[in-house]
Amino acid sequence: MGFVDLLQQLANGVSLGSLYALVAIGYTMVYGIIRLINFAHGDVMMVGCYLAYFGVLMFHMPWQISWIVAIGLTSLLGVSIYVGAYRPLRRAPRISALITAIGVSFLLESLGLVIFGGRPKAFPRPPILDIGLNLKGVYIMSFTIWIPVIAGVLLLCLVFLVYKTKVGMAMRAVATDMETTSLMGVNIDRVIAITFAVGSALAAAGGIMWAIRFPQINPYMGIMPGLKAFIAAVFGGIGNIFGAMLGGFLLGMIEILVVAFMPHIAGYRDAIAFAILIAVLLFKPTGLLGEPLREKV
Amino acid sequence: MKRVWLLVILGLVFSSFSLAWAADKVRIGVCLPMTGPVAAYGQMEWAGIQVAKEMFPTVLGKEVELVLVDSKGDKVEGANAVERLIKLEKVCAIIGEAISSVTMSGGAIAEQYGVPMISPTATNPLVTQGKKYLFRVCFIDPFQGQIAAKYAYETLKARKAALVVDVQQDYCVGLANFFEENFKKLGGEIVAKVMYRTGDQDFTAQVTAVKAKEPDIIYIPGYYSEIALFTKQARELGVKSIIFSADGSYAPELIQIGGKAVEGIYFTNFYDQKAVATDIGKKFVEAYRKKFNKDTDSFAALAAEAYFVLVHAIEKAGEANPAKIRDALENIKSFTGLMGEFGFDENHNAIRPVVIQTVKDGQFAYLDIVKP
Repeated sequence: MGFVDLLQQLANGVSLGSLYALVAIGYTMVYGIIRLINFAHGDVMMVGCYLAYFGVLMFHMPWQISWIVAIGLTSLLGVSIYVGAYRPLRRAPRISALITAIGVSFLLESLGLVIFGGRPKAFPRPPILDIGLNLKGVYIMSFTIWIPVIAGVLLLCLVFLVYKTKVGMAMRAVATDMETTSLMGVNIDRVIAITFAVGSALAAAGGIMWAIRFPQINPYMGIMPGLKAFIAAVFGGIGNIFGAMLGGFLLGMIEILVVAFMPHIAGYRDAIAFAILIAVLLFKPTGLLGEPLREKV
Repeated sequence: MKRVWLLVILGLVFSSFSLAWAADKVRIGVCLPMTGPVAAYGQMEWAGIQVAKEMFPTVLGKEVELVLVDSKGDKVEGANAVERLIKLEKVCAIIGEAISSVTMSGGAIAEQYGVPMISPTATNPLVTQGKKYLFRVCFIDPFQGQIAAKYAYETLKARKAALVVDVQQDYCVGLANFFEENFKKLGGEIVAKVMYRTGDQDFTAQVTAVKAKEPDIIYIPGYYSEIALFTKQARELGVKSIIFSADGSYAPELIQIGGKAVEGIYFTNFYDQKAVATDIGKKFVEAYRKKFNKDTDSFAALAAEAYFVLVHAIEKAGEANPAKIRDALENIKSFTGLMGEFGFDENHNAIRPVVIQTVKDGQFAYLDIVKP
């Protein structure tokens, strides 16, 4: 492998990793606050993509507006999922909520299949994100630069929300001790609903970026990204936002390098990437940035 | 206890009703991927079968009833679907599946129960090899791979080829091997071989690995979604090589998703409307246009041929009996399809020409036809 090829592979790795990181942030945030592994995250992401798609193609909105509308509607969807499916189970054992999350995931996929149809659709790419750049033999697309930037900005917004605002303080309080927080007069329902709204908005944003990079959307598109984001979040230390970011980047990089150095077994790259993660977790069970048994956001 | 008896009696009454009702019709099972990663094939084939049924709605003086089940393009789901068609729906024959791996898993069940199954488009040789009840109306991959290698070497003047193979699909692995064998025999060189899996979306690492070897041609005998994404990413990463594929690339999604990137991609296929030569073919094209207001595609055409040949066999068999239909199918040596005559060889494979197509100005375009 030449030097240019290596640089190209590293660029590919950053590009893929930032996408995983973006989806993983939302995943990890919901877990950090209510200890729920939201398996429906990937499917919420899928709905976000379809909303953005229909905004552009059926209602002829400019893509910026369509994206914002899609993100807004998706966060409403997140809140209604919480109210309909998770809130009744707040006092139930955690495993019940987990099973419900899997149920919601199947429900969204099947509804997607009925409403949107099983055949994949081509997601329109805005011209500004569709520029090819050739940097001395290393080819990158403009979205390759934009996606990490967007992920970084969203990360900063999220950190600001959680650590600098009153709602964020309430979120952290809920994460530490739900009942005591409730005794202090905080409306827990509202705080968790906001958590779901923000988490789903992040899912939609991640989904739209996903669809920009892989311009093909279908009702099952959320499964793999959801799984990868979950792995990335666990890898980085689930519940930790920076951990999710780091985990996403590393996962993307590992996947690309597996193919780069071992093209013959590239068909098994998911298996190899996951095996590496298992090995890491054997030595550090809480993930790279996770701390044992500390409640955190 | 009384209630139990009442239920039993009700059940008996209902089942005798449904049996009596079923006896008036000839039930043909259809097992296709209506959802999942290859849903486009299933939906195109189902459209073709519906038109074919409208053209020949009866057999043996009875109405034909089609029973559709979704295989989701998945090996396990496909086997379950076939089992359901045979045991629950009591069909006398099955049309399906669209892709090789699922036809093999479902075909094993059909073989076990002794119900004939005709695949419109499963091209891997193993689908019918040594099977008593499995048939297909398409050609097989050793032939398709040979024609592709010959066209790549002689017409496109390619000398260095890279293979991009979906390791999860028997179809892709088989076809890549047949291409490799023939391309080397002609004097060409395989400079790279990289793998992926159905459902993969990121191909940048594979593209970069292939690009480093500077092939004249990239052979990717996969399915449309992955081909579209691969080709798009290849062009984005500055790959100029010719991209060559097979019948799996034929779906409108290839062009919708691939956009400008798939312009000039070559592929081998079963059928082109421009090559329609028979009366039944012309009637089919017309009926299809009337129903869907568009041109026929290769999947619809082959599915229709599967229906035509099956109805012909049921007529020959004289009754809707699976074993007799099988015998009738095996004896068909020449049948008038849409593009001309075809027949089944000793392994139940159709002997038919290969069409070479390309994408031009956002449309599939006809280039050439190669007779066996």
